[in-house]
Amino acid sequence: MDFSITEDQTMLQDSVAKFIANDYDFDSRQEHAATELGFSRERWTEFAELGWTAVPFSEEDGGLDGGAVELMLLMEQFGKGLVIEPYLPCVVLAGGVLKKAGTDAQKATWLAPLIEGSALGALAFVEPQSRFDLNNVATTATKDGDAYVLNGRKAVVLNGGAADTLVIAARTSGEQSDTDGISLFVVDATADGITRNAYPTVDARQAAEIELNDVRISAEQLLGDENAGFATLQAVIAEATIAICAEAVGIMQTLNYKTLEYTKSRVQFGAPIASFQALQHRMVDMFVIYEQSRSLLLHAVMKYDDGDMDEALAAISALKIQIGTEGRKLGEEAVQLHGGMGVTWELDVAHYFKRLTMIDTLFGNADYHLDNYPLD
Amino acid sequence: MDLSFSKDELAFRDDIRRFFAEHYPADIREKMNRGIRLDKDDHVRWQKILHEHGYIAVNWPVEYGGTGWSPVQKYIFATEMAEANAPDVVPFGLSMVGPVIYTFGSESIKERFLPDILASNVWWCQGYSEPGAGSDLASLKTQAVREGDHYVINGTKTWTTLGQHADWIFVLARTNNDVARRQEGISFLLCDMKTPGISVRPIITIEGGHEVNEVHFEDVRVPVENLVGEEGKGWTYGKVLLQHERTNIAAVARSKYRFARLKELARSNLHGGSPLIEQPSFKAKLVQTEVALKALEFTDLRTLAAISTGKAPGPESSILKIKGTEMQQQIDNLYLEAAGYYAMPFIPDQFKIDIADEDRVVATTEPNTALKYFNYRKASIYGGSNEIQKNIIAKHVLGL
Repeated sequence: MDFSITEDQTMLQDSVAKFIANDYDFDSRQEHAATELGFSRERWTEFAELGWTAVPFSEEDGGLDGGAVELMLLMEQFGKGLVIEPYLPCVVLAGGVLKKAGTDAQKATWLAPLIEGSALGALAFVEPQSRFDLNNVATTATKDGDAYVLNGRKAVVLNGGAADTLVIAARTSGEQSDTDGISLFVVDATADGITRNAYPTVDARQAAEIELNDVRISAEQLLGDENAGFATLQAVIAEATIAICAEAVGIMQTLNYKTLEYTKSRVQFGAPIASFQALQHRMVDMFVIYEQSRSLLLHAVMKYDDGDMDEALAAISALKIQIGTEGRKLGEEAVQLHGGMGVTWELDVAHYFKRLTMIDTLFGNADYHLDNYPLD
Repeated sequence: MDLSFSKDELAFRDDIRRFFAEHYPADIREKMNRGIRLDKDDHVRWQKILHEHGYIAVNWPVEYGGTGWSPVQKYIFATEMAEANAPDVVPFGLSMVGPVIYTFGSESIKERFLPDILASNVWWCQGYSEPGAGSDLASLKTQAVREGDHYVINGTKTWTTLGQHADWIFVLARTNNDVARRQEGISFLLCDMKTPGISVRPIITIEGGHEVNEVHFEDVRVPVENLVGEEGKGWTYGKVLLQHERTNIAAVARSKYRFARLKELARSNLHGGSPLIEQPSFKAKLVQTEVALKALEFTDLRTLAAISTGKAPGPESSILKIKGTEMQQQIDNLYLEAAGYYAMPFIPDQFKIDIADEDRVVATTEPNTALKYFNYRKASIYGGSNEIQKNIIAKHVLGL
């Protein structure tokens, strides 16, 4: 049993932390968020040059061979900086399916540009009726000779508007909620029959509703075995859940720090409000929530790297429950302790809070994971 | 980062598991499984077995008879001990006064007291709280006035757990009233319970048991050589003692064991004709408890890992006290809920060994459920109440 990180991992952590502290200021983040693209393409290129877009891929695929630990270290810093560039949809989600299910040829065509930063990706797995169930897929892929024809609607596709490459989950057999019969396809986002309606999200990210109307693609665009996409999807979402929870832990640490600093400097009744016991105990509760969340994050990361998928999924659900209940409580407390300033657009605290809240919704909220938790 | 045990650690675990299987007395195990309070002889007999095998002072330095185990080994030992449902070591000698003596005591005081603590030849109890000094311990009033070769103690100590069994008591008392800060002028004294002038009055707790006592001192003469360390430095020594107490309070392994049994119980107890574990609202509480327990376990492990790399546990141990006791109480609460109507019978003797199974009223597998729940409301109060722990974190960790 060992909680330490390696020298290489420390270097990665330090390099991201340094970038966030020195080059990722809140004001330009806000400016970029307000543009039509919703983030900075220049910064994305910088991420790629620094090697970050290559982190979770094997060396054969042109990556840096990072695992869950590296992903955690990176995302935690992204959380602290409130980074809006599409690392999650592009690298973790679309890239995740391609690395797990793609052939060498498919990786060369579709994955390499994502790692290089020359193309952007997205994973379309949510549908208007699916809520959090990965197996609930109504979009169909019908075989027609050598081709597949896709029809259906994909909902809240993260980075769906800017993406050059879409990875799409569609049903090739079975009923709407069967786990068997789901297949994964990689598609050029500008292909005929694709209509994208892009919009910003409340946490300053970008998403799109995507209509698929007789989209014809070749059999070479099928990723992995036909009908067997669910396991891949589940594994990618598991990794992505670790990623956003690490981001959440970074956000929580920042919110705690900012709340402490604020209450120490804010004077009311002739004293810093941090001197009031009613507030001190609440900040202690926030500190304890953060430490407990970090513990569950490390637990999930270590279980995921251990390789037993059932145990990893349980550990990830436990983490997601913690982030979605206690983590959200921490966010609400941070806003409350900032008083009126906490609910202004001007203050970064409000934006950390919004992201933390939306992380609960991503990949199944706390209730969803609680209902599905495997009590052994 | 890596979760798995090394080959050596696995071998160590097998050794420990074998030790509990071979040496843990069956009659004590039976009492523990039935929730019967152990008597003094049970504790002493078991602790002497632990001592014979070198397992009694897990956290002590090797030079004083400790194990020298790594954090992982300590974790394994605690887990195996909980899995065997073996009783915890009575803390007053081994976890409280022992560390104060080997850290601050003179050579002669170490030689006089440590061997009997290790061998459980002497039963210790704690003289800290007073009727007027609970959370605000520094306001304690018990006086120890120097007269020749003796201190003469007058005052009252309270919440003295298992003081009715005790041979010796360690006492925080004022040796100097003319001080700038209340924390000064307090000394740490060791006192034979047979000394004239000491009387012990039982306090019956909420569930009807005799666990704690009030101890009165009337002109009790204690030889000056029973002073630990320097006169007037008792507050500093006492704080060290409390930090040792706090990490033990987390009781993670014990909670894991009890939670696993609770899940078994929720599978066998019925609710509306189905296993209780399938009732959505009860299942939700079980899941929330499992999540909180896992978080606590890893916070505990992280603290242990930090200690092993040379960082002191310090005030962070307060987190373990807060979350550890919340956990114990939450699990007790779920046992209570799982018992349904059978939480109600108040028959403390119901589980004594010599009662035949057919004469037992209560069919649940967890005896005296409600009594445990009520008794363990103490957990968030003792060892420095959880509110005091929050004050400690606020001041020393958050810098408020």
